[in-house]
Amino acid sequence: MDLMEYQAKELFAKHGVPVLPGAVAETSEQASQVAERIGGQVVVKAQVKTGGRGKAGGVKLAEDPAQAQEKAAAILGMDIKGHTVHRVLVTEASDIAEEYYVSYLLDRANRTFLAMASVEGGVEIEQLAVERPEALAKIPVDPLAGVDAAKAAEIADAAGFEGDVRDEVIGVLQTLWTVFTAEDATLVEVNPLVKTPDGKIVALDGKVTLDENAEYRQPEHAAFEDKSAADPLEARAKEKNLNYVKLEGEVGVIGNGAGLVMSTLDVVAYAGEEFNGVKPANFLDIGGGASAEVMANGLEIILSDPDVKSVFVNVFGGITACDAVANGIVHAFELLESRGDDITKPLVVRLDGNNADEGRRILDEAALPLLERVDTMDGAARRAAELAAAK
Amino acid sequence: MAIFLNENSKIIVQGITGAEGTKHTQRMLKAGAKVVGGVNARKAGQELDFTEFDPDAMLTVYGSVAEAMEKTGANVSVAFVPPKFTKDAVNEAVDAGIELLVVITEGIPVHDTAEFWAYAQSNGNKTRIVGPNCPGVISPGKSNAGIIPADITDSGPIGLVSKSGTLTYQMMYELRDIGFSTCVGIGGDPVIGTTHIDALEAFEADPDTKAIVMIGEIGGDAEERAAEYIKANVTKPVVGYVAGFTAPEGKTMGHAGAIVSGSSGTAQAKQEALEAAGVRVGKTPSETARLMREIAASF
Repeated sequence: MDLMEYQAKELFAKHGVPVLPGAVAETSEQASQVAERIGGQVVVKAQVKTGGRGKAGGVKLAEDPAQAQEKAAAILGMDIKGHTVHRVLVTEASDIAEEYYVSYLLDRANRTFLAMASVEGGVEIEQLAVERPEALAKIPVDPLAGVDAAKAAEIADAAGFEGDVRDEVIGVLQTLWTVFTAEDATLVEVNPLVKTPDGKIVALDGKVTLDENAEYRQPEHAAFEDKSAADPLEARAKEKNLNYVKLEGEVGVIGNGAGLVMSTLDVVAYAGEEFNGVKPANFLDIGGGASAEVMANGLEIILSDPDVKSVFVNVFGGITACDAVANGIVHAFELLESRGDDITKPLVVRLDGNNADEGRRILDEAALPLLERVDTMDGAARRAAELAAAK
Repeated sequence: MAIFLNENSKIIVQGITGAEGTKHTQRMLKAGAKVVGGVNARKAGQELDFTEFDPDAMLTVYGSVAEAMEKTGANVSVAFVPPKFTKDAVNEAVDAGIELLVVITEGIPVHDTAEFWAYAQSNGNKTRIVGPNCPGVISPGKSNAGIIPADITDSGPIGLVSKSGTLTYQMMYELRDIGFSTCVGIGGDPVIGTTHIDALEAFEADPDTKAIVMIGEIGGDAEERAAEYIKANVTKPVVGYVAGFTAPEGKTMGHAGAIVSGSSGTAQAKQEALEAAGVRVGKTPSETARLMREIAASF
């Protein structure tokens, strides 16, 4: 889960990474109150999970609370690269003497953690890495040893921090490491880390990505979830513990296993090239069990998506037996009917693998309305695309 | 021969008393794998009756991996322990010096995986870790360590390495008339033990493997690195498949590691890297199977 700047800064403050005073506001009145509390010049910053906020006009300086209210009113509701601004961060304004960069991240390729640091912050780090790689220090961090003062000094020295700043940065690198480990983050980034004209070091902007697998031991992270920005179908699917991602297409997809479902989306998209370019409408992995209830919940979400014109249920019976899946589909239809949901969209079902013959027989016998059985993945994808295009 | 796992492999199950551990111990025994015991410190000393699945399988629950290895001669462990206990379970197996450890568990915090991987490295990397979040390893007709269904296909000349469980089953099914030496499900997490490259290296050295299917998916750069490895080191024909061309940027697609971040980790880049290394890449699983079938015709 990617956090917004104000959430990242909450975690920074919690673990001792220096940040400027500020608070988040959802209305222009609240923004004015925060500015009043801070006193003096403030910055009003759009809170969206995308870069380039400044260029899009989402970051404004305000001299007093009245101006903060005015700027917040202009920024709230703005669209920045497809993200609607629902909140602004109002924070103390700071002059900048120098800008730096520090981060920790998961290094997938080397199966370890990586520290990155530079005395040239404030720019897009991907850009710096390409244009001036020598200016970006990259130091592997052993997950067992972590970052102590000596390791932090190694990172700071590799990046070329000198004098008083070096000592300050060593401190920041240690507290930032605490954020990274204590919060189960896969990325903590401060860009820019700034030195103010009076020599203070503060994290002016920050990015944090949290590991969703760690939710069980990080109960307070649930509060970071942005329910207002979530797609309503994704939110409903999450309530039902379904692994669902909304896409922009017309063919609803249900399958078992993440790899098979990703593959199903691709096969539907290829098939759709022949049929007005129809595309998959979602990712939905119902996992191994494929019980009637899970199938019914999945179908309910997909059928309630107004973009969906047809549905492709693609199951390969590995551990799960196809007869159990077929019974699940039949019972799912009954469950949906008993809930008052009419099935009005055509379904194409492909069952293959473990006990496929019995599964197919069950489906044929049930003769469910609007359900067609096609026994190959490519053929079924083609039929689902054709049905979606015909609607 | 097969890789990693053969008819002499002696398997213990960490978490044998849990629902998944019990179910898959039964399935492994039914498939003819030599499961010789289990581990659960809180239930040490219990005898478990699996004789319905293998007449010899009265299995003892041991208090530790080290004890189980000493008493049974086990050299393989399959772990079905909940995420919060997995790091300790892996470290215990590494300390005991088990040769092969298959970690089935899904949902392990990546900090834990990074830590147990670092721990295994610092202990001389003597244990081959497969997973986590994987279906395991099967050498059809010889042994089965994990949850891959044993009845899909028999032994044969194809080696398979895959990030995805169901795509592994699908590919085994498509090519069931030809058969497989070993299928390795390496798992869909961002940090995993055995990689595509490790499996490719072992298949290249295995006289029973004549050709290799490699299945990848979006996220990270493991496929790109495997492509470089293939170009430099693999003489056997390799057919590839990559899932996730239609995955949007920034969304996790089921597997914790399956995410396109910015412009990195895309299926397109992986396909191009594989093709540049001389790997024929199928557009769909069935086309991939067809490409392998063409190669197998000359065996």
